[in-house]
Amino acid sequence: MAKQDLIKHTRIRKAVQGGWGLLHNAHLAGFITGQIYQGPLKKFCVPGMNCYSCPGAVGACPIGSMQALFDARKRKFAFYVVGYLAAIGMLVGRFICGWLCLFGLIQELLYKIPTPKITVPEKADKILRYLKYIMLFVFVFGLSFFYRNEVNVGMPWFCKYICPVGTLEGGIPLVLLNSGMRAAAGALFRWKFILLILCVAASIFIYRPFCKYVCPLGAFYALFQKVSILRMSFDESSCVNCGACSRQCKMGVDPMKNPNSAECIRCGECVKVCPKNALSWTAVGKAKKPVIVKVAEE
Amino acid sequence: MNRKEIPAWVTYVLLVLAIAMCAYGVYRGEWKDVMRKAVAICMECIGIG
Ligand code: SF4
Ligand code: SF4
Ligand code: SF4
Repeated sequence: MAKQDLIKHTRIRKAVQGGWGLLHNAHLAGFITGQIYQGPLKKFCVPGMNCYSCPGAVGACPIGSMQALFDARKRKFAFYVVGYLAAIGMLVGRFICGWLCLFGLIQELLYKIPTPKITVPEKADKILRYLKYIMLFVFVFGLSFFYRNEVNVGMPWFCKYICPVGTLEGGIPLVLLNSGMRAAAGALFRWKFILLILCVAASIFIYRPFCKYVCPLGAFYALFQKVSILRMSFDESSCVNCGACSRQCKMGVDPMKNPNSAECIRCGECVKVCPKNALSWTAVGKAKKPVIVKVAEE
Repeated sequence: MNRKEIPAWVTYVLLVLAIAMCAYGVYRGEWKDVMRKAVAICMECIGIG
């Protein structure tokens, strides 16, 4: 039963991820003309990673926008984007990562390619998980906020030197569709292309490596996991310690120990596989014990 | 086994602060800067500039 539930849940989640990805890349004509969408929706940020230079994108990328605001406003804080992302984080935490981010879906699909999978050794994994906070606090906040060149212009450091999302969604289609851009693509493009290849290759063998180790947006939402309105609740009295939940979790979380871990993308798979309904979704301030458990026990 | 949970009022206060921050940014017209950036191809994003 739990297995059937999980299959259905996975299908629904994939449909939501794919549907959402299509929705905010709905400017399909851009993939033919090589022109990006320039309409009014571009003033709004999407909640996940989605490059605004993607020919299909109808919204703005929050990480790119944050860095652009630091530059445009000359070291004045990006209240609009930071407040918007913090509000999402306060509502649902990393639920966006599990359900509403196209780049998360792309990594999941790559992981489905049938090859032997790699488990990163625990110690290395633990250290590497901090890298995404370096991306957030050094590249997105630090350098983009403080660095200015001789003519007082800053730059989006994460976009420029790291982001594989920009290369995949913006760089490759635009360079393919536009001869001028092809001619202009030099060492920086090659560097970013190598990073993208590494990211794609790693995603085949490791589940969501960009999300686990690199993504500054995932790191930002992770800061709110423990205080968000949506939370996961663990009912110890129903748990039979079978370990099905932690075995199911491909993000390496043990929801029995830490149901609101910063690494949890709130995909909900552990909730579905638990044979005793010991894990459930709840809202802050609500009773922790899920009603469904009592009904099942009677 | 749930670790000590953060009280609900902390969540609500932080949520209100986040919304206020976003509203202040809108009031300052920051959305215009987002718009300006997002409607032009970002050379840094695509790896050219
Ligand atoms: S390069 Fe990456 S961070 Fe920058 S705008 Fe594009 S997707 Fe966002
Ligand atoms: S960690 Fe980043 S790339 Fe991964 S799902 Fe979350 S926002 Fe998207
Ligand atoms: S702990 Fe559960 S909800 Fe969180 S990522 Fe793991 S399986 Fe998904």
